Amino acid sequence: MSRIGVAFDKARADGRALLVGCMPAGFPTVEGSIAAMTAMVESGVDVIEVEIPYSDPVMDGPVIQRASDIALAGGVRTADTLRIVEAVAATGAPVVIMTYWNPIEQYGVDAFARDLAAAGGTGLITPDLIPEEAGEWLAASDAYGLDRTFLVSPSSTDARVRMTAAHCRGFVYATAIMGVTGARAQTSQAAPVLVSRVREVTDLPVGVGLGVGTGVQAAAVAGYADGVIVGSALIRCLLDASDSAAGLTSLRTLSAELAEGVRNPAR
Amino acid sequence: MSTDTSNPSGEVPDAAGHFGRFGGRFVPEALVAALDELDAAYRKAMTDEDFLGEFDALLRDYAGGPSLLYPARRFSAEAGARILLKREDLNHTGAHKVRNVLGQALLTKRMGKKRVIAETGAGQHGVATATAAALFDFECVVYMGEVDTRRQALNVARMRMLGATVIPVTTGSRTLKDAMNEAMRDWVANVDDTHYLIGTAAGPHPFPEMVRDFVRGIGVEARQQCLDLTGALPDAVAACVGGGSNALGIFHAFVPDAGVRLYGFEAGGEGVESGRHAASITGGSSGVLHGTRTYVLQNSDGQTIESHSISAGLDYPGVGPEHAWLHDSGRATYLPVTDAEAMAAFELLCRTEGIIPAIESSHALAGVLKVAPRLAAELGREPVIVVNLSGRGDKDVHTAGEYFGILDKE
Repeated sequence: MSRIGVAFDKARADGRALLVGCMPAGFPTVEGSIAAMTAMVESGVDVIEVEIPYSDPVMDGPVIQRASDIALAGGVRTADTLRIVEAVAATGAPVVIMTYWNPIEQYGVDAFARDLAAAGGTGLITPDLIPEEAGEWLAASDAYGLDRTFLVSPSSTDARVRMTAAHCRGFVYATAIMGVTGARAQTSQAAPVLVSRVREVTDLPVGVGLGVGTGVQAAAVAGYADGVIVGSALIRCLLDASDSAAGLTSLRTLSAELAEGVRNPAR
Repeated sequence: MSTDTSNPSGEVPDAAGHFGRFGGRFVPEALVAALDELDAAYRKAMTDEDFLGEFDALLRDYAGGPSLLYPARRFSAEAGARILLKREDLNHTGAHKVRNVLGQALLTKRMGKKRVIAETGAGQHGVATATAAALFDFECVVYMGEVDTRRQALNVARMRMLGATVIPVTTGSRTLKDAMNEAMRDWVANVDDTHYLIGTAAGPHPFPEMVRDFVRGIGVEARQQCLDLTGALPDAVAACVGGGSNALGIFHAFVPDAGVRLYGFEAGGEGVESGRHAASITGGSSGVLHGTRTYVLQNSDGQTIESHSISAGLDYPGVGPEHAWLHDSGRATYLPVTDAEAMAAFELLCRTEGIIPAIESSHALAGVLKVAPRLAAELGREPVIVVNLSGRGDKDVHTAGEYFGILDKE
């Protein structure tokens, strides 16, 4: 079983959900992103999701777009992402990469899988790659023992939920709402339904992302999902801060609040 | 590059939208249901006499088709070839785009959706979409790069007059590719009641195939018109290529005619060697952008590189996947044309024929001026070349006026 699978099992045994925190690689700088991800782990984030910044992130809302633009303007390269994964994996937390497909295709699918495994990463979350187009990635992830997380959506048919879950390893990513990333005032009504549809077809853990930004929301999602995935709200801590020290303080505070939330599932 | 491109029948695209190694669907799962719904509606419509009859009637009675095939005698003398212009510039709304828009609007109605969104570069597709939305009583939102809203202010006003909401996009390079990103984001959030009316033969399956089928009448008409006019097929067919819908529209009916050369002219901007261009096939490499695998202008990390062209409608760092396939298979030839060459051809058509072409279409005219002597030498006679005059230049008067320095100063 993968490192993420072990972590999910342990959390299940403890009667809580895992907290997955997302941060773009190289935001605000390569070293700054390592510091931010390390602070997240120290404050109770269980799994770090490193997003490879991409020029055309169609699944992302304004916060992640802005952070990605800053990272790209700073000159971050795909190879830097692997260095970040290695540094953050050294904390002991599982590190998974979230990436649009083109950066992987240009790096070389097999080469990236090899280097990600060597860096200690657990696998990929692929927001714009559906299993039907993933032939090369299915082979490479098998070859290097990496997890693969495809997304399911409230609009997915039952047949697609089943097919997509069958191609996942590690966990399944359920998008809570029809929309792009970004914190929302209200948690989704559609997410619990989607999670139960996934559970009907797989024993894999289910992580829920899109729209979660507070401890209360995290507790609500933890009530029905195995993982709570938070991105924009954490990134905003750094974007809105007056300086990097203030940003890290605010990031630690929110991480701890969310960690508290996933430990107290609303049932 | 993909392993999922087996296509035993040899038909393009295959059932999953692959043109050889290109095409396919690289989209968020949230959109797959809508793409499947669209695919089903489109396939049903293409064999439905009622739909096809309604589409033909709209093209004839509303858009003014079939467009003329005009022997441009004075331009021909300059080109050293017999040039036949397919006058898509005379269509309602001023370009070939109206064909695709009317087809997709009819499908939107059949799917019971009431809201359409679109991206636009030059504004031609936005105007065409706003036009169809007015006709069909749809709510219409058009995403347009902020840079383009300034380059094409008149088209912004046209869309607003037609009742559309125009949203200037201020992310990224603030041009067509970023408008497409924003439209995708809107679609993911509103897919239940909204159709994304993509303006070119690109994007995820079934868009490249569907858009091609809605515009392929250009070539069907031109082929028959050329036979009627000259008694033979042309030696070559030429078009400009941005996303590539007008080129596919005129190419597709000629693809089985092995003796007819197909030329696509890409926007070479300041020259492909300058790095400031929009020639995705000539100067790009295989990658994934906006839901499809095709030739893309990108760096070695797969980050999209901003394109440059004097023509907003060609200023896009990708190209429809069927063109990528036609290039790889050798069936069509793609060559770059610089801003300067396009503007010289623009001026030449104005002065010889009294026709002000779109700057996009001027790339096709310029390309023909370049290849005609070669073709004449090869054939040992004057070649016959059908050129898709895909749009009219009214929208470009300001850009061209500035370029030629003929605007009166205040």
